[in-house]
Amino acid sequence: MEPLEIANRIRDKFPLEVADIKTFRDQVFVSVKSGKIIDICRYLYEDPDIFMNFLSDLCGVDYPGRTHRFEVVYSLYSIKHNHRIILKALILEDNPAIDSVVQIWSGANWHEREACDMYGIVFNGHPDLRRILMPDDWEGFPLRKDYPLKGREDREYRGLEELKELHAHDRDWNIG
Amino acid sequence: MKDNSNGSNNLNNNRIATKELTLNLGPQHPATHGVLRLVLDLNGETIVKCTPYIGYLHRGVEKLAEHRNYLQILPLTDRLDYISSMSNNIGYCVAVEKLFGIELPERTEFIRTIAGEMSRIANHLLWLATHALDIGAMTVFLYCFREREKILDFFERLCGARLTVSYTRVGGLKNDVEPQWLEDLYKFTDEFPMRIEQYETLIDKNRIWLRRTKGVGVISAEEALNWGLSGPALRGSGVPYDVRKTMPYGAYDKVKWEVPTGKNGDVYDRYRVRMEEFRQSNSIIRQCIEKLPDGAIMADAPKFVLPAKDRVLSDMEHLIHHFVLITKGPQTAPEGELYVATEVPKGELGFYFVSDGTGKPYRMRVRSPSFVHVSALPKITEGELVADVIANIGSIDIVLGECDR
Repeated sequence: MEPLEIANRIRDKFPLEVADIKTFRDQVFVSVKSGKIIDICRYLYEDPDIFMNFLSDLCGVDYPGRTHRFEVVYSLYSIKHNHRIILKALILEDNPAIDSVVQIWSGANWHEREACDMYGIVFNGHPDLRRILMPDDWEGFPLRKDYPLKGREDREYRGLEELKELHAHDRDWNIG
Repeated sequence: MKDNSNGSNNLNNNRIATKELTLNLGPQHPATHGVLRLVLDLNGETIVKCTPYIGYLHRGVEKLAEHRNYLQILPLTDRLDYISSMSNNIGYCVAVEKLFGIELPERTEFIRTIAGEMSRIANHLLWLATHALDIGAMTVFLYCFREREKILDFFERLCGARLTVSYTRVGGLKNDVEPQWLEDLYKFTDEFPMRIEQYETLIDKNRIWLRRTKGVGVISAEEALNWGLSGPALRGSGVPYDVRKTMPYGAYDKVKWEVPTGKNGDVYDRYRVRMEEFRQSNSIIRQCIEKLPDGAIMADAPKFVLPAKDRVLSDMEHLIHHFVLITKGPQTAPEGELYVATEVPKGELGFYFVSDGTGKPYRMRVRSPSFVHVSALPKITEGELVADVIANIGSIDIVLGECDR
């Protein structure tokens, strides 16, 4: 099926949810509200003509200044039909939360953990929502646009002072 | 190997008290192929729960990429999957070229295909070597490294680097190949099938190898798809999904080759798939060398692609383009976003770009196969024996540099 046809089917099925449909370089992007994301994904997964059985990718994007500051991007692919569509769920800044799609694609598990780790987006119903790439006690969300590239320079990573003290008598490590 | 007999009950009957044991594996462990840490909850020798911890090699490639222009990101991709950096380069360039709308000369497509398949052979050789070493077959290691060394020598002659090659450029290649290089590579492909048979003689009918791999780490086709596995890990379960076939890039649609698949989805089938891929890659390289067309290697898109040196020295406009690209990078990019997948040796490597029209990506997302494969590791290992964890880690072929990014 042509990607644009899939997009139209989504719009027919969920007329109130679809905010925008865009095409760029033969790829179709469907922006939807975040409320019924489970229903939309389940429809895409279960409809035999669409059958998106492969979740290629799931990631967050940050657009500060927009009403919906965050987007969660689902790259869906059907291995059976060889078609791809990209679904984008819009998320408000005040309450960055969306339902988890782990119940549909198990592979979403770590992708959602990473989006939570990097953007602070909460995935409701996720079985194990912890930080994944950053340490558990890390403060802030590194991939947000307002997070500086070199980290927060006024803060030192915890443990560095203790490490310096610990080794001060052993040897001159020249840390820091 | 599933341990169906309930070991703890037997022990309890004999009045030996048992309790669950938590075992920490890694992050500093040679058989985890990098800095992967697993916490295993064991009941006897059976794994009840497996929890991977990653992030030890996190360098923030996605954040760094937002602060670099499109030409400067290329060396970062070398350091994702450092075993097959050539494939990462190609994956990145294919994505950026699609974003920019650049058409490549045919010669470039062929050379990239050759380089990509060499990278696949080198990757699978390293995989086979370490995987066999993990399981206990030490001889294979030295045999595989003999051929891998040759491939790396070819890379060195091609572009000056052996591991972090940075050979491709957005819109082309760093340099053209030499006829002598092609001739030597062709000779290598003549003898390589014989080498594959050598490896197979070492392990294919080895009883220990079969016992350690057959029926171990089984994952069904549905589960593998649901977990998002790709590459040989998915094809081992019998799903013939290969990006090179479904969405061809490079010269893959101009040569004849097949997608090998397994049946049972166990460690052995994943091993067989990779062994067949050796042969397919070898055949692709041979066909590409035979069909290699003449022509330019850089696309003609002066706003994004460095112009040819003789044009720079003779033409003012090209000199200006050259100067701007070198000092500032591309100044504009088409506004939009796209997801482009390529087939790297480990699976589907996807780049998702959001471009806001400036010369730097607004967002670059790397969908790395290793990340997904590690996430499915608990699914594969739970209920199996602790000794098979290492065989499972080896069989899904992960590199933590790519997993942690």
